[in-house]
Amino acid sequence: MLRVVVRRLLQLVVTLLGLTVLVFVWLRSLPGGPVEALLGERATPEKRAVLRRALGYDESIWVQYGKFMKRLLTGDLGASTTKGDAVLDVIGRAFPATIELSIAAMLFAVALGIPLGYFAARNHGRLIDNLIVIGTLVGVAVPVFFLGYVLKDVLTQNIHWFPPSGRLSVDMQATHVTGLFVLDGLITREFDAAADALWHLILPAITLGTIPLAVIVRITRGSVLEVLNEDYVRTAEAKGLRERTIRGRHILRNAMLPVVTTIGLQTGLLLAGAVLTERVFNWNGLGQLIADSITGSRDYPVLQALIMLAAFVFVVVNLVVDLSYAVIDPRVRVR
Amino acid sequence: MTALADRKKEKLDRLAAASVEQGGVSLVRDAVRRLRRNPVAVIGAVIIALFILVAVLAPLLAPHDPYRKYLLDQVSLAEGFIPGPQPGFPFGSDSEGRDLFSRLIYGSRQTLLVGVLATSLGLAAGVVLGALAGALGGCVDALLMRIVDVMLSVPGLLLAITLVAVVDQPSQWTVVVAVAVVNVPIFARLLSGSMLAQRESDHVLAARALGVRQRSIVMRHMLPNALSPVIVQATLTLATAIIDAAALSFLGLGDPNPDRAEWGLMLGGLGQRYFEVRPELAYYPAIAIIIVALGFTLLGESMREALDPKNRR
Repeated sequence: MLRVVVRRLLQLVVTLLGLTVLVFVWLRSLPGGPVEALLGERATPEKRAVLRRALGYDESIWVQYGKFMKRLLTGDLGASTTKGDAVLDVIGRAFPATIELSIAAMLFAVALGIPLGYFAARNHGRLIDNLIVIGTLVGVAVPVFFLGYVLKDVLTQNIHWFPPSGRLSVDMQATHVTGLFVLDGLITREFDAAADALWHLILPAITLGTIPLAVIVRITRGSVLEVLNEDYVRTAEAKGLRERTIRGRHILRNAMLPVVTTIGLQTGLLLAGAVLTERVFNWNGLGQLIADSITGSRDYPVLQALIMLAAFVFVVVNLVVDLSYAVIDPRVRVR
Repeated sequence: MTALADRKKEKLDRLAAASVEQGGVSLVRDAVRRLRRNPVAVIGAVIIALFILVAVLAPLLAPHDPYRKYLLDQVSLAEGFIPGPQPGFPFGSDSEGRDLFSRLIYGSRQTLLVGVLATSLGLAAGVVLGALAGALGGCVDALLMRIVDVMLSVPGLLLAITLVAVVDQPSQWTVVVAVAVVNVPIFARLLSGSMLAQRESDHVLAARALGVRQRSIVMRHMLPNALSPVIVQATLTLATAIIDAAALSFLGLGDPNPDRAEWGLMLGGLGQRYFEVRPELAYYPAIAIIIVALGFTLLGESMREALDPKNRR
């Protein structure tokens, strides 16, 4: 087990190192070169000279990469060219919003996806199974931002069930502790604020969670179908075990491995969907930050940091998933 | 019919199928046979065929010029009015007074072009890299796969955004290239994986023992046998490429010319801007994208199922 962990950690380090190389190459290929890109157009010549020296611009490419790495490791990601603040502050402000949205989206996808997938598999070949499968295929084919617009159009403009955008109503007074507004409301016992935040959260979460939902349903269904054919399930049924025991102990536990992988993968990919979802619902998180950093006047320092953050999250989530196998499936521990 | 009778019939069908197969049918031919029987695959294929037909015959099918502003005098954006359906213009006009129906028909051409180009570019590069890694193995494989790992660790759309950032002025071609590059690691990983499996197989060992040259082992023994998952993936990629291109248009990173008749652009550009005035401007191209993406997904998924040896009977 320990050897597996160490090996995977090493792989993680290698991947992250590879990522820094790619980002380094990417920075150098930006229009105007890295100094121009990192400082924006309005920077003074003195500032440019300072950064040029900090980046080792006159030295060999290896020294430049070394200096780039040094800046990264010391957390010096520069300042946003559009907002002026340090990149880490800009990201820190937007981070909780996206975390809240992502958690809600994945809760929606997992809480609905696993039961639906199980239900479809149990009714394999029947009309309801076919409908669910078709639903998952459509779910993947609908552009995320369009789904957001439709939900918004139908549920906020025509019938006012949900607020169209933002994270809180304008007149709502709320104390912020963690930046996750629903949680904040619960902690500070401002339950009206929590409810209001939850109200704002539902449509964006559904929009962002639809693709993960569709994928989770399909994987769960396929995986459960395979397990259903196993002898031990027939044995369990023949023994007269309760349906609930068979479902939990025999079917789902054995069918969970691919599902957990999928949940991990989808979590790692959420930030891409968040770029679109947050724009539709005017949700001020990392997705909006990415979209803003590339459209209009470009903010390369922010974009650079966010790309690395996205990859970091993805790699770490995958590591966690791999390690969680050992918990779910004791066979992995032996290997 | 009762379930029991159904099951009996299925059993007979299976027996009949098995007796036909006695001569030994190749996996691919067997897969094609099963595909033609699968209604899902047929629906997917019909959608794709119709889509291609509309794209090819667009000038014949479209009642009007997609770029001429026929109804411009009726459009009044200040009052929030865009003309709806009327004689000769079944879907009404867009915000510029152009015939929405004709634009949708012509849009199929651009959409098909973007999807096919992006997919085939990504496929070509991915296949070359994957084949290299799979054929040579060892440190070439290790190096290429680490690069692939890194690229796969950035979500597709974000990778596309960073690629677009490299160019000064995004255009339709940036979108094609960006979407293509996003798919390169996927194809490369898939092919190298299935090539590696081939390397260990008995028929490759036999060929090597016979003294067949390395190049022809790779080209004639390994590659053809390793390609089917890649072809399945390419079919599915056609769907995601069209959707990703639409997403880039939505973010304003696509074609800088908002007038071009292309579904993603119509949806992400004017459709989004005038959503409150006339949502149809977004709905119609979106429905077109969904149907086409669904077509490719249906066909791709049933191909995957058909090629799975586990489903062979």
